[in-house]
Amino acid sequence: MTAIPLAGALLLLLPESRFLPGDTAVRRYGLGVSGATLLVALSAVAAFDYGATSRVQLEIDHAWAPAIGLRFHLGADGISLPLVVLTALLTFLCLLHVTKHPPAGGGARLLVALLLVLEVGLIGTFVALDLVLFFVFFEVVLIPMYVVIARWGGPGRRAAASKFLFYTLLGSGLLLAGMLLVAVNVGTLDMTELARLQGEGATRGVQITAFLLMVVGFGVKAPMWPLHTWLPDAHTEAPTVGSVLLAGVLLKMGTYGLVRVALPAAPEGAEYWAPWLGLLAVAGIVYGALACLAQRELKRMIAFSSVGHMGFVLLGIATLTPVGINAALFGNIAHGLITGLLFFLAGAIKDRYGTGDLDALGGGMLGAAPRLASFLTFASVASLGLPGLAGFWGEMLALVGAYRPHAALPRETFVTFMVVGGLGAVLTAAYFLRLLAKITHGRPVEAPAGASAGASARGPVAAISAYEYASWVPLIVLTLLVGLWPKTLLDVTTAPVRALLGGG
Amino acid sequence: MIQGIDYAAIAPPLIVVLAAIALLLADAFDVPRRVLGAVSGGALAAALIAVIALASGGRRATFCLPGGLRGNGPPSCSYVADDFTLLFQGVVLAAAVVVVLLSLREIADARMPAGEYHFLLLAAITGALVLVAARDLILLVVALETLSLPVFALVALRRYDGVASEAAVKLFLVSVVSAAIMLFGISMVYGATGAMHLDRIAPALQRLPDHLSPVAGVGVVLVLAGFAFKVAAVPFHFWAPDVYQGAPLPVAAFLSVVSKAAGFAGLTIVLALGFPAYGHVWGPVVAVLAAVTMTLGNLLALRQRTAIRLLAWSSIAQSGYMLAPLAVGTRRLPEAVAATIAYVALYAVMNLGAFAVVIGYGARGKRFAALDDFRGLARTRPAAGAALAFFLICLAGLPPGVMGLFAKVVVFRATVAGGVTWLAVVMAVNTVIGLYYYLAWAARLFAAPAERPSEPVPGPAEPGPAVRAAVAATAAGALVLTVAPQLVLQAVTAAS
Repeated sequence: MTAIPLAGALLLLLPESRFLPGDTAVRRYGLGVSGATLLVALSAVAAFDYGATSRVQLEIDHAWAPAIGLRFHLGADGISLPLVVLTALLTFLCLLHVTKHPPAGGGARLLVALLLVLEVGLIGTFVALDLVLFFVFFEVVLIPMYVVIARWGGPGRRAAASKFLFYTLLGSGLLLAGMLLVAVNVGTLDMTELARLQGEGATRGVQITAFLLMVVGFGVKAPMWPLHTWLPDAHTEAPTVGSVLLAGVLLKMGTYGLVRVALPAAPEGAEYWAPWLGLLAVAGIVYGALACLAQRELKRMIAFSSVGHMGFVLLGIATLTPVGINAALFGNIAHGLITGLLFFLAGAIKDRYGTGDLDALGGGMLGAAPRLASFLTFASVASLGLPGLAGFWGEMLALVGAYRPHAALPRETFVTFMVVGGLGAVLTAAYFLRLLAKITHGRPVEAPAGASAGASARGPVAAISAYEYASWVPLIVLTLLVGLWPKTLLDVTTAPVRALLGGG
Repeated sequence: MIQGIDYAAIAPPLIVVLAAIALLLADAFDVPRRVLGAVSGGALAAALIAVIALASGGRRATFCLPGGLRGNGPPSCSYVADDFTLLFQGVVLAAAVVVVLLSLREIADARMPAGEYHFLLLAAITGALVLVAARDLILLVVALETLSLPVFALVALRRYDGVASEAAVKLFLVSVVSAAIMLFGISMVYGATGAMHLDRIAPALQRLPDHLSPVAGVGVVLVLAGFAFKVAAVPFHFWAPDVYQGAPLPVAAFLSVVSKAAGFAGLTIVLALGFPAYGHVWGPVVAVLAAVTMTLGNLLALRQRTAIRLLAWSSIAQSGYMLAPLAVGTRRLPEAVAATIAYVALYAVMNLGAFAVVIGYGARGKRFAALDDFRGLARTRPAAGAALAFFLICLAGLPPGVMGLFAKVVVFRATVAGGVTWLAVVMAVNTVIGLYYYLAWAARLFAAPAERPSEPVPGPAEPGPAVRAAVAATAAGALVLTVAPQLVLQAVTAAS
């Protein structure tokens, strides 16, 4: 599954003159490779045995460096499978988008290669079952993302890219220390073994230290408030495809890691830190919502809304209950679909209007570009958690989980979290409605006095191209599907979550 | 009494030392420079083959205590060619071949006497080869000095250059002081234990009477100081930047790779074989040394503007990472030793590669290539630029430089396993600092070339075939190890 994009990216290293000359051919090629990956991912979905979702399936297990107990161990279970499909889908859609709407700056060859490498890292992270291997894939993502932001980003791209890289690298350094700390004490690097042993062999002190290190490491990626400050810059400056992948999948690596590695490896540490994690999560929800209310820039606003949404995911994790963690995984997928869509739309708006500034955009988009505006409305409404759409279930279940947290956790605290989180959800609705009121409704902005004629007469907004339809519609369909039948997804994740928490 | 000598075991240093003498003589008879270079490289290659041949056989030891003097003690051999030794000899020799390749052009350009240069280089390499095989303190000191002395001369070989002379004097002074400290330490250890062979010192330290243990403790720490100089650890580091800058660049590469690898070999030998009983003493000392070394090296590397000084400070920082696993003391020591060796071996490839590109493609005509001189290298010379970027990313320890990542993982693992978690956290912070300057440099490679309207454009450097071969060899090594890092990891675990 990871082999296809890897091979595809390697082939692109060949000199241009000998292999696929011309940008269009390269883009088509990238589309083909990621399409093939998506097909493999879908066939994995088909081959998956839904009777035993907690069992790791489709395994590859080879000794790699037996001297240090390193194995090349890949496999998918109910937790990773949806994320793998999400990654493959979003990468495919991004490449589809790039085919017709390449970001300014040229270098299509490099961009396609980087996106494919990114896909390798992402899928690899979700299917790795060996801690070191997990870490390697986790890191593979960094450099391509850095280059994507630094090469094709907006005006402040260099600073944003560096900030992204340094934050995440600091996180992963601590993460490595934390993971190894548990692994050495428990005596295995294999993640299935770690989940089975439930931290056996590691003392309470070790687990507490290790969990703290891992939470900081994953928290930077997730991003957890107050470690999120790299995110708005990176999102704002990144090109559309960069933002989509960043929000859609990269952030999920953090929460996935928490569920997959940190919780089962150090359960006592998790119990110790869970209230704090919950506190930070709630702070993230409220902070994200308030920050959104103050934003003037479309992409930046969506970026901050990610902080809020990931706060719900983290709150779900912090409850340490199957309900909460299911909510977290559900929220992951929902957020990937919706925010991916939102960033696609924001990119499209920016392309057409030449600005992402809410005031400059003015109102009346429903009149000027009815289709685009309807898409935006749909995505915003989905993101604010309207029942019946994907965003709703993740948030609601997280709050329900917080109402009845794990027995070892202080219930009053979590109920408070729940209330505050609920307020945060209201605020979320407020800023999305404000967004909609501001740009889709109302009158088109009048040309300000004194502005040059060229700037004021914006002319008709370009219609949505077929490629854009093709990359947006699947996300909309899935948002609806997951929102209307949440059971499809919950059924897949429930059993493995129980297994990870040490239950039957 | 006549002692039997196992000539097979000492073949690698023997070949090198004979070649060194032959080169000195040949130079006196005006043999052309080209031939001298070929002989020098050929001898190293032959020694490398000898090492590989020895590796297939079992452990060999020579210069042992004769039966009559041995008493009931262990065999006590001074020179042992086991897997550990051969691994390091292999690393040293392979790196030395690359250094010779890099030197060929430099000798001609800098008008250095070729015969003396090669003689001194081979003499120093002999020292390194013996050092990694030495198992008693006297041989260790002799080998360490054999490694150090020719280097002073090598650094100063550009006689017309004041900077080089200053660098040589600085190196000499620090070296002499550290050697003196180390000898003092050795005398204390000897006084306390009455033994010089490491396999006798170890048990003696274990059953040392209480009133002697402070003496032995101080002695152990002082011996450590001697090696700290060799690996350029803080506080014996400050010679490194000036010397790297003043010395001919291939010599700087030699110092930062071959000499440092040998130093680490010596350090691990002494600590793991000789002083395990005093792990509680040297463990914390090494931990502090490692933390300070990596932090200081990285922070100062941030401020550098020339390639060579950046490499100097960064290689100090890298020494910190290599020291870190040894901070565990006796807890899981074999694992820690394996981690250090693995890091040294991987580091040798990456750092030598970076040096090779800097030597071959740094702006010529100027004495020191500034980092900005590398702007756009990836556009004017894609292969060299890509190679340098790859080496730098490896050194930073990020994919796609999987090799560097694995080096870091191994070191982290050993450190954490030994219970020195705080050091691992310090390392995590340091990797970020390190990334900053490596990445800033790598990003310059891909940036558009700087506009230089005022001065005449010096034209891209034209590296000779030898330097190209060196770059290609290191790049190939780095690629192979990136795809299959387990090659080194396995070999290392087998050796320790």
